[in-house]
Amino acid sequence: MEKDIKMNKIKNILMVGVGGQGIITASDILSEAALLDGHDVKKSEIHGMSQRGGSVFSHVRYGEKVYSPTIKTGEADILLSLEVIETVRWLVYANKSTKVILSETRIQPQTVKEYPEGVIESLKKEFKDFFLVNPIEINKQNGDNKVLNTTLLGILSNLLDISDSSWEKAMEKLVPNGTYESNLAAFRLGKKLF
Amino acid sequence: MKAILSGNEAIARGAYEAGIKVGVGYPGTPSTEILENFIKYDDVVTEWSVNEKVAMEVGLGSALAGKRTLVTMKHVGLNVAADPLFTASYIGSNAGMVIVVADDPDLHSSQNEQDSRHYARAAKVPMVEPSDSQEAKEFVRYACELSEGFDTPIFFRSVTRISHSKTIVSLEKKLDYKHDKGFEKENIKKHVMIPGFARQRHFIVEDRMKSLEEFSNRIEINRIEKGNGKIAVITSGLCYNYVKEVLPEADIFKLGMIYPLPMKKLIDFCKGYDKVYVVEELDPFIEDQLKAKGVSNVVGKDIMPITGEYSPELIYTAITGKKFNSEINVEIKPFPRPPMLCPGCPHAQTFNAMRKLGLTVSGDIGCYTLGTLPPYSAMHACVDMGASIPFAQGLEIAQGSEFKHDVVAVIGDSTFAHSGITGLINAAYNKRRILVIVLDNSTTAMTGMQPNPFNGSTITGEETVVIDYQKLAEAIGIKKDNFRTVTAYKEEVISETIQELLAKKELCLMVVTGPCLIYKRKKEKV
Repeated sequence: MEKDIKMNKIKNILMVGVGGQGIITASDILSEAALLDGHDVKKSEIHGMSQRGGSVFSHVRYGEKVYSPTIKTGEADILLSLEVIETVRWLVYANKSTKVILSETRIQPQTVKEYPEGVIESLKKEFKDFFLVNPIEINKQNGDNKVLNTTLLGILSNLLDISDSSWEKAMEKLVPNGTYESNLAAFRLGKKLF
Repeated sequence: MKAILSGNEAIARGAYEAGIKVGVGYPGTPSTEILENFIKYDDVVTEWSVNEKVAMEVGLGSALAGKRTLVTMKHVGLNVAADPLFTASYIGSNAGMVIVVADDPDLHSSQNEQDSRHYARAAKVPMVEPSDSQEAKEFVRYACELSEGFDTPIFFRSVTRISHSKTIVSLEKKLDYKHDKGFEKENIKKHVMIPGFARQRHFIVEDRMKSLEEFSNRIEINRIEKGNGKIAVITSGLCYNYVKEVLPEADIFKLGMIYPLPMKKLIDFCKGYDKVYVVEELDPFIEDQLKAKGVSNVVGKDIMPITGEYSPELIYTAITGKKFNSEINVEIKPFPRPPMLCPGCPHAQTFNAMRKLGLTVSGDIGCYTLGTLPPYSAMHACVDMGASIPFAQGLEIAQGSEFKHDVVAVIGDSTFAHSGITGLINAAYNKRRILVIVLDNSTTAMTGMQPNPFNGSTITGEETVVIDYQKLAEAIGIKKDNFRTVTAYKEEVISETIQELLAKKELCLMVVTGPCLIYKRKKEKV
């Protein structure tokens, strides 16, 4: 790539998972927080068929001035994945210094006989910043299995330059009524994990 | 105040700010959320129309009656609405009439990848196209003004990645707008399109398009952004962002109005370069019009595909020849995740029954189209909304005396109301002998649970009439004994009923009832 393009200071975050895992809300919170911090933000995803068990991905880009709503191949700064094999599906967007956050859930469609093995090991070899999360453990610590993604956002927040107050305001606006406190606690847990 | 809005949310916001009073449409990905958001504003009237043709006609009436009006649909819905569209162009609009059509490059949730820009040209209706949510909001208001200024309906084109991407929008106050002219019922020369009147209107339409083209050369939304002059690009909409992303130094002609094109300004622009790239998804709509005017230095579809979505990388590689490479090497191949009926979907049983009976299944548009894929594998054709019933009749006719009474048409409740009933009337009238199965899940599930004429509520959640399947069947001329309703939960009962009705060798209607699980859960929550 030409220098002027690679030099841009846009942050590129790719969130991936499977329909129903909450990617859309999680990326909405990130986008809102970036907006509150005064950034230009664009977010792109595809819904429709995806809600029926398909792959779901959300591109979030923020910085001074964002043009493309999608991240370019090889330019994701962070890949946040909610499902093991989905991480692999979107690696084309990653590079050696991409930071990977993976919540270790495996969702196997009826039509698939064998879930591939050795995924985590292969990923560990490729990325030096690899944050592996055990969702069962996190749910236990949260005492609530509905706020896992917020803990992942807490981990993500350590890798970004968005202020805590903006994260908190974004959560307050976007999490379901009556769940702000539990989400805030889950977010803070994430901040302490790594 | 600033907010981050999807393209669809921004269109709804723009409609509100522009003083649009009426919003009508039929759900269809990626256009659905426009009306769902518009309804949240005060002092607006909305409806889910039965189909897009009806929406277009309701919208035209409302605009002619002096209310700014928004009509929304997806690209294939515009095919349904094409009949009123072409004549609405002759009649004009009086108050602003903005027709939003959302295309779906890459077919994320559609049966074809048509380029709706051709409709603007064919129906002689102007078209604007925004490149992000801010423009989406602004262009609705601008479109209203153009519509009123030139007395024409106007298209507002979106694509999936504009409708479903979120970008920052500055919110403004609602315009204090009042249109001073209501429906002029004496003006039959403008409103009644008998040949004698329509012939005169056609001259007016042609003059209007000439004025619009002339005007388009002077408007701000068709602008030139000067770079270093080494690369020149003509583009619009979503692709503008991609071009800015990868070719920040290019000279860019950004089109906000894509029909009629500002031909004079474009031709002058092209004269300044050896080569000008035209970057547009789908068909060479802009490129071909330039070439037809003798502009020979434009390059587009020779180096960029006519199918699928574009991306910044695709454009960069096509124009510069340089590639983006991924550095990551993981040997593991991810398995595909084809979309499936939701686990526990009640209507899976009917597909299992039909597969086991070895029937030929003529299908329709909705979640249940997934019945074609394993493990159900029980749908053998699907064309467009409502096609299942007439298509099955075609199969019957072609088989003639060898017809084996194993042809079934399968259609959902919303699709049946949209355009299935006409096909059923055709079957009864022409004495066809197929079995029609309506899978009734009490909602329009595919597009996110919109109400329809079979579930008893309107867009606002108000209670309304419900079509009675049995009375409908009777009124059409289906024998009382050839009508059955069964629940979706027992495969044996479904299978037996199908066999019983097929054995009658006459037109039969079978309704399988089982509410969508997501809809049920949503309803229980409220």
